[in-house]
Amino acid sequence: MSNFLRKNAWVIGLSILLALLLIVTKMIQPSFGASGLESVARAALPFAFATAGMAVVVIVGGIDLSVASIMAVCAVTAAFLMERMASVPALFIVLGAGLAMGLINGALIVLTRVPDIVVTLAMLFVWEGVALLILDSPGGKTAPWIQEIIRDGFLVDWLPKALILLSVCTALIWGPIRRSKLGLSIYATGSDERAAFRSGVFVGRTKIIAYGICGLFCALGGLSLAALTGIGEPVPGPYLMASVAAVVLGGVVLGGGKGGLIGPIIAVFILRIIRTILTLMAVDPNVTTIIEGTIMVAVVMLGTAATMRGAKT
Amino acid sequence: MSTATTDPAMIRLGRFLRDNPMIPLLVFLFLLIATLEVMRPGIVIPLRSGRDGLISTFWVGNLIKFAIPLAMLAACQVLTMLTAGIDLSVGVVATVSAFVCATLTTIWGVPAAAIVALATGIIVGAVNGIGVGIVRVHPLIMTLGTGLIATGCLQVYQRLFINAGSEIPEFLVWLGTGRTAGMPNGLFLFVPFALFVLWLMRYTGFGRLLFALGSNEQAAKLSGVRAWQVYIALYVLSGFIAALAGLLYLGMIRQTSLSLANPLLLPSVAAAVIGGTSIFGGRGSFAGAIVGALILRVLDTMLTLLQMPEGARTALFGLIVLAVTALYVRITGTR
Amino acid sequence: MTEPALLDATGVAKSFGAVHALTDAELRVGKGEIVALMGANGAGKSTFVKIITGALKPDTGHVLIHGQQARVGSPAEARRTGLVPVYQEPSLIPDLDVLDNLRLGDTPVAPFVHWVKELGIEDLVLNEMIADLPLATLRIIDLARALASDPDVLLLDEMTAALPTDLVERVLKTVRARANEGMGVIYVSHRFTEISELCDRASVLRDGKTVGDLQIEEGVEERIVELMLGQKIDLGQREIAVNTSTQSGSTRLKVRDLAIGTKVSNVSFDLYSDEVLGVVALEGQGQDELFQALAGFIKPTAGTIAIDGEQKQFSHPADAIASGLTFVPGDRADALLSQRSVRENIALPFSARIKAWGPLKMRHEKERVAHAIDKLQIDTRAQGEVQQLSGGNQQKVTIGRWLATGVETLLLFDPTRGIDVRTKRQIYPLVRELADQGAAVLYYTSELEEIQLACDRAIVIFNGSVVDTIDASEATEQRLMRAAYGLTGNEGAA
Repeated sequence: MSNFLRKNAWVIGLSILLALLLIVTKMIQPSFGASGLESVARAALPFAFATAGMAVVVIVGGIDLSVASIMAVCAVTAAFLMERMASVPALFIVLGAGLAMGLINGALIVLTRVPDIVVTLAMLFVWEGVALLILDSPGGKTAPWIQEIIRDGFLVDWLPKALILLSVCTALIWGPIRRSKLGLSIYATGSDERAAFRSGVFVGRTKIIAYGICGLFCALGGLSLAALTGIGEPVPGPYLMASVAAVVLGGVVLGGGKGGLIGPIIAVFILRIIRTILTLMAVDPNVTTIIEGTIMVAVVMLGTAATMRGAKT
Repeated sequence: MSTATTDPAMIRLGRFLRDNPMIPLLVFLFLLIATLEVMRPGIVIPLRSGRDGLISTFWVGNLIKFAIPLAMLAACQVLTMLTAGIDLSVGVVATVSAFVCATLTTIWGVPAAAIVALATGIIVGAVNGIGVGIVRVHPLIMTLGTGLIATGCLQVYQRLFINAGSEIPEFLVWLGTGRTAGMPNGLFLFVPFALFVLWLMRYTGFGRLLFALGSNEQAAKLSGVRAWQVYIALYVLSGFIAALAGLLYLGMIRQTSLSLANPLLLPSVAAAVIGGTSIFGGRGSFAGAIVGALILRVLDTMLTLLQMPEGARTALFGLIVLAVTALYVRITGTR
Repeated sequence: MTEPALLDATGVAKSFGAVHALTDAELRVGKGEIVALMGANGAGKSTFVKIITGALKPDTGHVLIHGQQARVGSPAEARRTGLVPVYQEPSLIPDLDVLDNLRLGDTPVAPFVHWVKELGIEDLVLNEMIADLPLATLRIIDLARALASDPDVLLLDEMTAALPTDLVERVLKTVRARANEGMGVIYVSHRFTEISELCDRASVLRDGKTVGDLQIEEGVEERIVELMLGQKIDLGQREIAVNTSTQSGSTRLKVRDLAIGTKVSNVSFDLYSDEVLGVVALEGQGQDELFQALAGFIKPTAGTIAIDGEQKQFSHPADAIASGLTFVPGDRADALLSQRSVRENIALPFSARIKAWGPLKMRHEKERVAHAIDKLQIDTRAQGEVQQLSGGNQQKVTIGRWLATGVETLLLFDPTRGIDVRTKRQIYPLVRELADQGAAVLYYTSELEEIQLACDRAIVIFNGSVVDTIDASEATEQRLMRAAYGLTGNEGAA
């Protein structure tokens, strides 16, 4: 039991922080209730998926700067296809496209031996361009049921459907992988590539798959984005910095090998709740953006400093 | 190590190209211009004017005019890339600088407005420098983050100054749009600027250290270089150049906007990479980046003529950066 | 015996560019045999180990396992053929717990637990994170994991280096017991006591060639030392080496009770101006850390460093340089801007301080650089890239950098590693000349004969402590080698 507490201390701490922030919210705005929770969960959905994807590649020891662009491609693809064909096959096409884009990123990193940060920076623009080619301005239309699936509560009011969807999708994708040989290989590669190689891990293959998983999560993020707005928006949103910050805050060390997906997802909600609190306090939304940006940069700076200290001792 | 895997002829070619990057770059530039002329006869050599064989000064002037701000932002990338860094905040910094200058001119007059505008660039650069040099955040993440914050600040600023209106300083308009002997007046700023950057890179101790840090930070440390000092100075300089480019761009576009220079970010990285600057540090040339900026402008004209949509252009620039970098890794066998 | 050996490597050669790491290495391990693989620094041991384990491919020769040509392409494949290595640094994943590490390599858990207990660790918790365990435990885990996969041949690389004595006993006992059941063992080690206790035979490498295969018996140590030294090429000029005016200068550098982490426990010595003080140590005895601490790269955990009588603390190499301590690292790749010109490399320290960030003083620089190039006889056109120079010339550039700046105290870490004889012969008199002009030089070398060629005195470091101080006139290779291996000499340890 104590071992469990120690291993998950960070996640538990984050959960307590989140609970405290929710209480603060309730104190500032006594009317904050089921509907407030629902809108926070809904707005957090694309952020949470982007963060989950980012977390996987950071765990494998890389980084994917193109998450927001892949999400944009998936969002416009969804909106474009659903206007023209049945929504269920369109959904699968979008998921497949996300997976494919992630795998392409990973393969380019492994095959060209160009560092991940450079490859995904270039791919950021490539995917952005692809999104613009599919729809050159916001348009298309998502199926009504897709929009419904993330709206309102599930059975009871205070359990947002968006939250259920997030949990189910994350658990379905990451759950089986986490405990499998593949999951171990992902952690092993991020932790110590040479030791992993010596232990018989196929490092390159593992990396490519990790980027593929990231792409799949980004596809979910793009779909939820399209569901939120009802249309497809070809310009990438502010998901890159937010996901890096949430991943770091969530206890995944830049450099790899440590952490999981639960911490980063809780971190997403913490960042969103802070935004809600600022809004409730009637802070100018633009000032909110600055504060949010500063928090994100500070989190990444502290995380990097902590990693450096860890590496020195 | 690399010799075993790479073809020796390839290596020799690679070495030659690395030592003389300007030759293939210039050849490529002229090939592009020639292709452009074939595609749309008259655009480069206007037959109508009756002066056969004379390259249209108007077209060349235009080409140079729009390449100048791009080349200035590319200077930021060349300098930071020399140390294996990058500055992704330059687009935003240029925008902020332009916006601040335009809005403050009505209140404080041109000189004060310009100084404040340049100071914003220095401040963002200092934050970048502290993050990269002292906290050791990856430059890409750090500059992306400060760019985000700066955008937020700009939005708040815009709401505060919404009533003040804006005015583009006469001098900047003259610099941005005026012509002297067919050539854009921007050259009055750019030529001294370019000479300064070339001098800085080649003939100063600071320039030496940029190359040294990018080639082998360990060796620089061993020689007594305190890297953080260099990084802070470097990113401050980069912020300043970006702000300066923003002022010039303001005079060129004659409009204020919250995303004025943002679209120049990717092309600035691409221009530096095309010009032979290695994103891994230790190798770079500003002269190459200038030619790179010209190439991108010609390419841009071509894509517009072909009626290529915006998206294709963005994707193509991204692929160019990736392909050039991958080729570099293949040829030199470095990491 | 008609039965093929478990492992039979013959005629193995491997070159890296112009460097012939191995020319003709061989090794035979029979059923139930424990064979020590020995060799001085740079004899090609680590390359040979890599080839046996499949991490490298040999240029010529072959490695037979069970009499069959093993198609060994990766560590995973080598494992499948029955050869399991245990490396000097444990190949365990720090961020996974013990159980997950076992799953990763498909190691059965029950035998693993059995072997861990057998090896002397009773209280191992299987879901403990690797990063939280002490190094000694990790080595035991690594060994137990190897034993659990029931290997035919076990390769142990400096297995006992970080282990306390009681665990060493258990390890040796267990390995012996497994060998008695038929397992073959390759035992790479510097420690004679363990080798004579455990091994059946010793195979000695020298200059990339297997030069002897000896039965372990009484007095074999002396013969092994002889074989490892061999008949060295005479580098000549022995007479110029030993300085007649020993210790005439003042104390430049005074190191007292220096301790650095776990690697250096107790180092004290004096370095005088006008002298070259040699440092002799086997690999990994703490000499790397000692030099890094003196150069300002790492901070000592205890003890003092005084320069010209004044105590100093360095938080950055720049501090050490300001105190006159200049460091030339062993790996030239650490010191050179490989893509830049010779001139820029030599002039690098000129620009280091903020005051010198402005315009370069071209004339001044040119003169100083030309002087250094001239002095060192660096064979170059000063415009080309440093990476195009030969190893010897590259090394001269790293030294030349400090000649151009002005030398007070020079810390040379194995400056002649992997460079040609001609350059070596140029470096010795240069070092001597610097000392004669008043500089103090600390000179670590992995080639023992250099002590008499270049130094006045030598200190020997073993296991993080100075164990002996020897005058150059008495510093025969025999004597040094014995001291470096921790064998107590006739005079006893200092």
